[in-house]
Formats: sequence, C-alpha cells, structure tokens
Amino acid sequence: MDNISIPVRRIDFDEKIAGKAKYTQDLHFEHMLYAKTLRSEFPCAKINSIEIPEIPKGYFIVDSKDIPHKNIVPIVYDDQPFFAEDKVNYVGEPILLVVGPDKTIILNILKNIKVNYTVLKPILNIKESEKLNKICAEYEITKGDFDSAVKNYSYIVEDEFNTGYQEHIYLETQSMIGHYDGDCVTVYGSMQCPYFIHNSLKQALNYSDDAIRVVQLPTGGAFGGKEEYPSLIGVHAALASIKAKKPVQLVFDRQEDIICSTKRHPSIINIKSYINDENIIVAREINIKIDAGAYAGLSNVVLQRIAFASSGAYNIPNLKIHAVAFFTNNIVTGAFRGFGGCQAIFAIEMHMENIANKLNMDSLELKNKYFLKKGDSSSTSGLFNYDIKLNQIAERIEQMSLYNKKREKFKENTEKLQGIGISIIMHGCGFTGNGEKSVIHTKARLKKNKDNTIEIYTAAAEMGQGVLTTLRKIVATTLDIPIENIKINYPDTLICPDSGPTVASRTIMIVGKLLKDIAEEMKKRWAEEEFEIIKEYKYPQNLSWDNDNLKGNANPEYSWGANAVEVEIDPITYESTIKGIWAVYDIGNAIDERIAKGQIEGGIIQGLGYGKLEVLQVKDGFIQQCNLTNYIIPSSTDFPKIESELISNPFDEGPFGARGMGELTIVGAAPAYALAVQNALNKKISRIPVTQEYIMELMNDKN
Amino acid sequence: MIKTKINFKLNGEEKIIYVDPLKRLIDILRDDFKLTGTKEGCGEGECGACSVLINNKLVNSCLVTSSLIEGKEIITIEGYSKTEKFNILKNSFEETGSVQCGFCTPGMILASEYLLSNNSHPKEEEIREALEGNLCRCTGYNAIVDAVMKASITGDGLW
Repeated sequence: MDNISIPVRRIDFDEKIAGKAKYTQDLHFEHMLYAKTLRSEFPCAKINSIEIPEIPKGYFIVDSKDIPHKNIVPIVYDDQPFFAEDKVNYVGEPILLVVGPDKTIILNILKNIKVNYTVLKPILNIKESEKLNKICAEYEITKGDFDSAVKNYSYIVEDEFNTGYQEHIYLETQSMIGHYDGDCVTVYGSMQCPYFIHNSLKQALNYSDDAIRVVQLPTGGAFGGKEEYPSLIGVHAALASIKAKKPVQLVFDRQEDIICSTKRHPSIINIKSYINDENIIVAREINIKIDAGAYAGLSNVVLQRIAFASSGAYNIPNLKIHAVAFFTNNIVTGAFRGFGGCQAIFAIEMHMENIANKLNMDSLELKNKYFLKKGDSSSTSGLFNYDIKLNQIAERIEQMSLYNKKREKFKENTEKLQGIGISIIMHGCGFTGNGEKSVIHTKARLKKNKDNTIEIYTAAAEMGQGVLTTLRKIVATTLDIPIENIKINYPDTLICPDSGPTVASRTIMIVGKLLKDIAEEMKKRWAEEEFEIIKEYKYPQNLSWDNDNLKGNANPEYSWGANAVEVEIDPITYESTIKGIWAVYDIGNAIDERIAKGQIEGGIIQGLGYGKLEVLQVKDGFIQQCNLTNYIIPSSTDFPKIESELISNPFDEGPFGARGMGELTIVGAAPAYALAVQNALNKKISRIPVTQEYIMELMNDKN
Repeated sequence: MIKTKINFKLNGEEKIIYVDPLKRLIDILRDDFKLTGTKEGCGEGECGACSVLINNKLVNSCLVTSSLIEGKEIITIEGYSKTEKFNILKNSFEETGSVQCGFCTPGMILASEYLLSNNSHPKEEEIREALEGNLCRCTGYNAIVDAVMKASITGDGLW
C-alpha cells in the first residue's frame, strides 16, 4: 500500500452487513441458562433481610455469598461491590441474580423475592454532598504565579456553567455470557477492555491466570459505556455459570441498561478570568464540581481530564484550577467518549465568547491571540513538543463556514433569529498522567507463519471504530504485503497479550505504534520462516509526569480541531434548526480516511445530541428518562450533513504520523451549537442541553 | 399454555408453527428459526434494529405478536441478503462507510429497501424521513443517507 490513508474494505464489513455477525445476544451455547438481576429500589437503604421463595429445580440464586474471594470491583478505589450485601447506595444497584432455563419463570421468581429495607436519607446532588463533605476526589492545579498575577487585574469576567448527564445508548445493550467448564471460566461479551474483566474475575474468584479467559464478541457500540461497567457484569455472568455449571447469558433490556449503567458526569464549572487594563487575560481561576454518583468508578480520572482541559486550547500563563468529584446516591457516572473533555470544552468556549463580547471584539480574534503553540506549556506546565496548527485550523473553519460574514449578516437581519458559533477543540490522546508510562504495560504480539501470513494479537476491542481494520493496515503497510495476508480477530485473553484498554483515544497512537515497531523488526527478519515477536510499548523520552503535584505532560500528545454550527430559531415554537455543520481536525495523519470520517460524523452527531437533545434527569435518585421514548438521541432527520476536513500534521511518535481521534470528534459540537444559539438570541447560554424549552425560557426572560 | 397454529411465509418458504399467540415475532425469528440478524435494541419499537418486512412493509418485529403474522410473508436480513438489490445496497454501504458497530445495519438495510421499493429515486429529505425510525449511534447517519442515494443511482431500474 502506498498511501495508508486510502480507504480499504473493513474486515468486519461482510458479516455485519448481512446480519451474520454474532453479537452476545445471538450466541447460543448448548444447555445455556439466562440470568436476570434483582436491583435496589432505593437510592440509599439498609438491607435487613431478603426473603426468597422456593426455587424450582434447575434455577439458582447468585449473590455476594457466591463470591469466593473479594466482593469489590477493581477500578481505581476499592469501594464498589459486585453484589450489594447489607446496604444499597443507588437505584439499580445489583443485589442478586436469578438464573435458569426459562425467562418467564425467572421473572416470576424475581417478582416474588422480597427485600426488606430500612430506607436511609440519600444524598441527591452535588450541593447536598458538598455540605456533608462527601468528597470522592479533589485536585488542585496551579500554573505560573497566580497570586501575583491577580494583583494587577482591572476587571474579572466570571461565568458558571452546568452540564447534564448523557447516556451512551450503544445500540446493543450490555451483554455477557459466562461459560465454566470445570477448569476454566470464560466470559464472552460486549466490551472495550478484556483485561479489565480479566482482572475483575481474578479479584472475585482468586483463580489462576490460566483458569480465566475473556473473549470479546462483536460489540454493538460502546462509547466508554463498555469500559469499566462490564467488569461488574462479566463477574456476574461468570459466578452464575460456576454455580449452575452451565453457560449463562446475561443480556440487559434497554430500560435496565439506562437505569443502571454508567453515565457522563454532570458538572458545575465556574471560570473567572482576570483581565488587565490592556485587555489581556493575565490569570484564570477555575472551579469544577462533578457528581460521581454512589461509587468512585473512574470519577477521579474523569475529573483530572476536565481539570487539565478546563482552560481549553489557550495559553494563559497563570492558572488556579480546583476540581472536586462528589459522592451522591445517584447513578454511578463513568467513562463516556470525551471523558471530561465535553464538559471542559463547553465551559471554556462559552466563557471565551463572553470575554470577547465584554471586550467588544470577535471571539475568533480573541481566541487567536491565546492559541497554544509549540513550546508553550499546558495547564499542568507540560511542554507542547510538537507543532500545533490552531491558526490554520481556525482560518480553515472560518473559510468553510463563512463565519465572519455570517456573524455580521445575522446581526443585521432582525427578521430571522440566526446564529453561528465556532468552538476550538483540543483533546489529549492516550492515558492521562502515568497511565501510558508506568500503569499500563502495553504489549502486542505479531506472528509470522510459513506461508508468509501474519497474525496480530492485541487486546484492542472492535466496537465499531474500525480498529481491526486500521491495525491490520498499519502492519500490512509496514511490512509492505497485501492486507489479505494479515489475520486479526476480536481479542481473546488466552492468546492476546494485554495491550491495555481500548479507551482514551489511545489505540492507534500507542498500540498502533507498537505494532509498527514490531512489524519493522519482523521485516528485518523476514527471511526466517516462522517466528513471533512480543514487545512492550516504549514511552517517548521527551515526556515527564509528576503524579503527586500533577505537573508535566498530562497526556502523551494532543489532537486539535474546530467546529462551526449555524442555527435558525423559530420565534413562535422556540425550535432551533441546525442549518450547517463544519469541522476541521488535526489528527496527524489518518490511517484510513473513511474510518476517520466515520468517527468525525458519529462523534459530532453524538456531541450535538449532548448539546441539544439528550435530557436525562435524576429526581430523588431515580432516573426520569428510562427508555428511548423519552431519552431522545439524534435520528436521521435531526441534523444536516457535515462538511469536514483534515489538516495534515504528521506526528513523529505516532504510526504513519497518526494521533488519537475517537474522542476529539465529540467535544466541540455542543459548544459550537450553544454559541450559535447564544449569538442568535443575544442571550447567555449557561447550561447544556440547549433544548427548545430552555430556548423558550431564555426568550421569555426579558432581562 | 395455549399454543396456536400459525401459517406464514418466511424468506420465501412456507412455515407452520405452534406458538403462544402473544409471542413476539422477534423471538420467533431469533429463538425458533435462529435468524439472529434481526437484533433487539430496545424492545419497544423505538430503535428499528429489529426491522423486518411483513408483506413488503417495514415493521418493528418486537411489536408484532405471532397471531398477527398468520398468512403473511416475512422477509428478514437473511432472506433479503440473497437478492440482487441487497448487493447494490451492500456496495453502497461499503463505499460510504455506513457500517461501524453493525448492530443497526440489518434494520437499516431493510428500511432502505422499503424506501426504495416505494420511491426508487428519493431526495435527501425523503431518505432521512424514511430512516427516522432506525437509530444509529455510530455513523451520525450521513454515510447511510449517501449510501441509499448511491444505491438509487447504481440500482436504477431494479426498484
């Protein structure tokens, strides 16, 4: 292959298009049983006793007593049980499973189980948690000399923003199959991180490594929702299978999935910019609060990402960032594409616009003055080692969307409520902090066969993002052999080394780079008939991280971009219609332009859903939108076509110049849309989603 | 449980089954006939992953009970994928990058067939309207809209 970016047929295309791909719900082992979960009905309650009716033969109850080792999900903090024992901390928390051959009988058994609770007072929101000081994680980041800098300001621009929950709505709900054969327990399922589940099984069962196996099946979307959550239910399916001595399938229905799976963190972000008499932003103070829900999960890592990104793609010399994640008795929040970036970029982009308005200048012009460039330092004082082409990105998005002309035109035209907004985007690729350096020891294996075919073994999960195809392409191109000669399959821990979780926009840049290095070595030894190479990823030497003080390169590298959205608002119905969407990204170099475009379009639409449509409220600990009838995600009629471009800026440390992109594509959509509405109405937007109801509220507010 | 005798045509073949009259068509297809190309995404007729054609009409099979299929002709992705029209759609879905996770894909293909069989040269808005009942969380729909448009051109005369 000459140019790696030229699209190829996806390896999983043929079986998916014909409906032949076997997802977890499609797999049927002989004598397979089904499992259904009994869940907490209260946000906070003591379990006094559980009355279980007589169970017919062939049916089983599986609960915490069936866990031979630790009843704690290994994520970051040891706080979340696989099954609740004497207390429940959120609505939907798993208590036990009913397992058996007939789904109707299972439901009947569930109905007749009586849990006797003593209901306790729940913590329902960030405010209540703050009063009780229920802190899950807290970080403080400073850059430059904040205290001296704020001595010389002439005025402050201050804003506070609220962002809501978002539910992933992967089309395939959470699904697992446990399969115990007497020696080894295998978990098959829909997942992003086979080794997270492997570790969880080890923690729950205390089995040896070779008695635990995790196999990813075709996965119907994930978006972060199948990052840490499957660790919980992978163990459930395994425990059920071990007890029943038969394969057990655990598939969530949609309502159950929405009620109990993780969500994007709601946030409150306060930003104060200190501006001197020459209208220069000299310092910035940012306060971030997020709702972690009942257990820590990945909240501390998400919180770090929000904090690191909270000053956006701008070089502000003096920063003080304070970020807190609070425990509540709400649904556990966790990984979701963007991983804190969505909240951070929304807040900072709105804030920059508000500063520009205050200074009576155009926001793009203001932003331009502060764009990060090579040699600048990040919010964590890490050096940006590579070219940052934000000027070029901004120029291109302006040309494509005709932003300047439209802003003028829309201001003059008072007959129609039209607006256009631009967001400037950055997103860290790869794990934050020490992740890539010392926590994950990314390993991959390549095998050369006698017939000159190559086998790729990594833990990279295919969830629709095309990773089986792009990794295959990287190896084929490096070895300069036909792509058909490269074999790759869904990960199976029995044969695939741990290349880390498939998250954090890291796979191409980290695992892809490692595979390229291995393939290069293989190329040198090509004359050997049959051999294999296993290697570990080498962290670039020009990066450093001090985890105690949160100083240094918070991410190995960043990707960049800009989005523009144009809206028209109907003054009678308050409906906002998106008239145009433009996007420019710098992902280094695309491994496959068509797959990259798929990420761009899917990410932007999911981001517009977050910014415009997707309302998920929790009242007294109960989620109010529990199905697809009232939790509204974008359909084909909601948004128009997207005009997008990639800027070429090959990254030396990435394979074929590639950097991460999966999350970059979602973070800028909501602020671009919110800014378009703000500009159309000439009213400050302070929260997302910007729904029709919120627009009505703004238009009826005469202040 | 009372079982009812149901006669129907499935992917061109006559079938007789004895089932609970309230059993959902999606379960009959997936459990009794092992036709797992029809996916369950929500179980309440919102997502379209379980779309099938009943007498050439696009229907969510999770909302149809067995008693309603008596005498009807049902086409699932397994049957449709043997047709020439499928190949046209397959190629256009490939060229535009319309398949990511693939879970909505069988339903999308059948929704596209239903549109094209009623409107062989649809405009963009007509395609968007026709696919409105089929949710996709990966692609953002644009690739799929382009794919249907492309199929209507390359498959000119077929529909």
